[in-house]
Amino acid sequence: MTRGRTPAAVVTSVFSDSHSWNLVYLELLLSELGWRVTNLGPCTPDERIVTECLTSRPDLVVISSLNGHGVMDGITLIGALRSRPELLTTPVVIGGNLDVKGGGSQAEARLLAAGFDAVFAGTGQLAAFRSFIRSIAAGRAAEEASIS
Amino acid sequence: MTADTASFGDVVAARHRRGELVVQPRMGFCDPALMRQGLLATRAARAVTVGTITLDSYTRTGNHDAVRRALAVGTNLNGYPIVDRGPAATAALLRGVLSPAFPVQVRHGSADPRRIVSALLASGLHATEGGPVSYCLPYSRLPLRVAVDNWRRGCEMLAAARGPGREPHLETFGGCMMGQLCPPAMLVALSLLEGMFFWQHGLRCISFSYAQQTHAGQDREAIAALHKLIGRYVPAARTHVVVYTYMGMYPRTPGGASRLLAESARLASQSGASRLIVKTVAEAHRLPTIEENVAALETASAAARDAGWSGEAADIGEAADTGVYVQAEALVRNVLALDDDIGRALIAAFSRGYLDVPFCLHPDNRGMTRGYLDSGGRLHWAGIGALPIADLVDRPAEGRMTSARLLTALRFMERKFDGQAAMAEPVAATG
Repeated sequence: MTRGRTPAAVVTSVFSDSHSWNLVYLELLLSELGWRVTNLGPCTPDERIVTECLTSRPDLVVISSLNGHGVMDGITLIGALRSRPELLTTPVVIGGNLDVKGGGSQAEARLLAAGFDAVFAGTGQLAAFRSFIRSIAAGRAAEEASIS
Repeated sequence: MTADTASFGDVVAARHRRGELVVQPRMGFCDPALMRQGLLATRAARAVTVGTITLDSYTRTGNHDAVRRALAVGTNLNGYPIVDRGPAATAALLRGVLSPAFPVQVRHGSADPRRIVSALLASGLHATEGGPVSYCLPYSRLPLRVAVDNWRRGCEMLAAARGPGREPHLETFGGCMMGQLCPPAMLVALSLLEGMFFWQHGLRCISFSYAQQTHAGQDREAIAALHKLIGRYVPAARTHVVVYTYMGMYPRTPGGASRLLAESARLASQSGASRLIVKTVAEAHRLPTIEENVAALETASAAARDAGWSGEAADIGEAADTGVYVQAEALVRNVLALDDDIGRALIAAFSRGYLDVPFCLHPDNRGMTRGYLDSGGRLHWAGIGALPIADLVDRPAEGRMTSARLLTALRFMERKFDGQAAMAEPVAATG
């Protein structure tokens, strides 16, 4: 890994979710925080996301979903990602309106148990998401410093 | 026509002649008993209503394995899975619900509507909505040419269901593309072009959508332009205009949500539209309940009554003319010149960037256009890419779009109607 390489993120929704603005927003936000972003857009099939991650080996995968199927779809998707040895430790996070009831700690626990590194369920999570991004970037920088 | 069915377009037209705005929910429930209860509550609301069955996201994307897995373990889907429930179950839930004054429309969002059209026809329904562009570009990853072919066949299936006293109805979703930040001329052009596509493939009763945007005067102008283009390009069809209450980030307070809903009802009734698709006070937070839907229908209906009625389509003379009509007409004319087959013309137009929806991430959308909001809430073009309207548009020396600017624009209506500055920041915007 080259020192100071621009960190790369994949931004995507899940197969059943058609919302776009969340993805447009996240792409802009991550770009401003110094990330190179591949935006796969809405309604992306799991296989497409897995293929993209295997090919580009991103430093972060951000899943955003608003249609209420995020818990179900997220668990299937993270299973597909974590089943590939290359992607076992890739940071993968999910956020948005993830179930039809309007959030809940049980949903968050299930997603974490299934293999997500962080869950940003419901509204008011932007500050937490930004902190998480900074911590990932800091972690990468430290790792690169120790390698070089 | 059997005793318990009614043609959707005729019912709406009859209401319109009586000076009544038809209001309609987006309601959809996984459980047939709850779906039935929701339709009965819609019918019983103190409002002029038609019914809605909104389908779940798995059915929308044709992922029937996922539907069946979810139903097998009792997971609650976000809408009614009409294909996998089967026509007998759907017909049973509709028994005693459909009446000559209360038709039901199936709403879905699918780029491949064939199984859905087949299921709704088998269930005794004949009204639905969508379009080859509007249910592909923002809602699917299917190539546009595949969606065009799917929709052609869907239209033909629906049109073939025409019978004595039964006129199938199809509504364009093109006037709602991306929900927000799309300048109205593009919405009007896409709505019109999808309606022309439906006409070319056999539909004779068509409604044209337009989603409330961020400025009432601009919206009135856009709806007037839509009426004028329908009269010019689809003169023989039985048509009406349907307005959607603002589809972007919704006010979070009950008062703000109701005020925005009422404004959309006034817009619809004063612009000669016949029908309004409502939003509820729960919109910013979660899927609404039956009671919240009924409350929204009643609020909208009352606001429309109080607003006074414009039975005639408002002409552009009344709304200030800022060029929506000439831009929309230029977009439409340019597409129609590409091919006599409207489906092929649409595909060619998107591939050349003659149609290009701002911020839409689909691979078949060029993505060279941008829209922005001015301080008064009017939507303008910031970039027109290859759109053939260069001589009709003043473009600003506008700064780069940033995440903060985007969020400010997306939350313009939420803030305006909640009457206060930012509340909790969301992780993600709706749209």
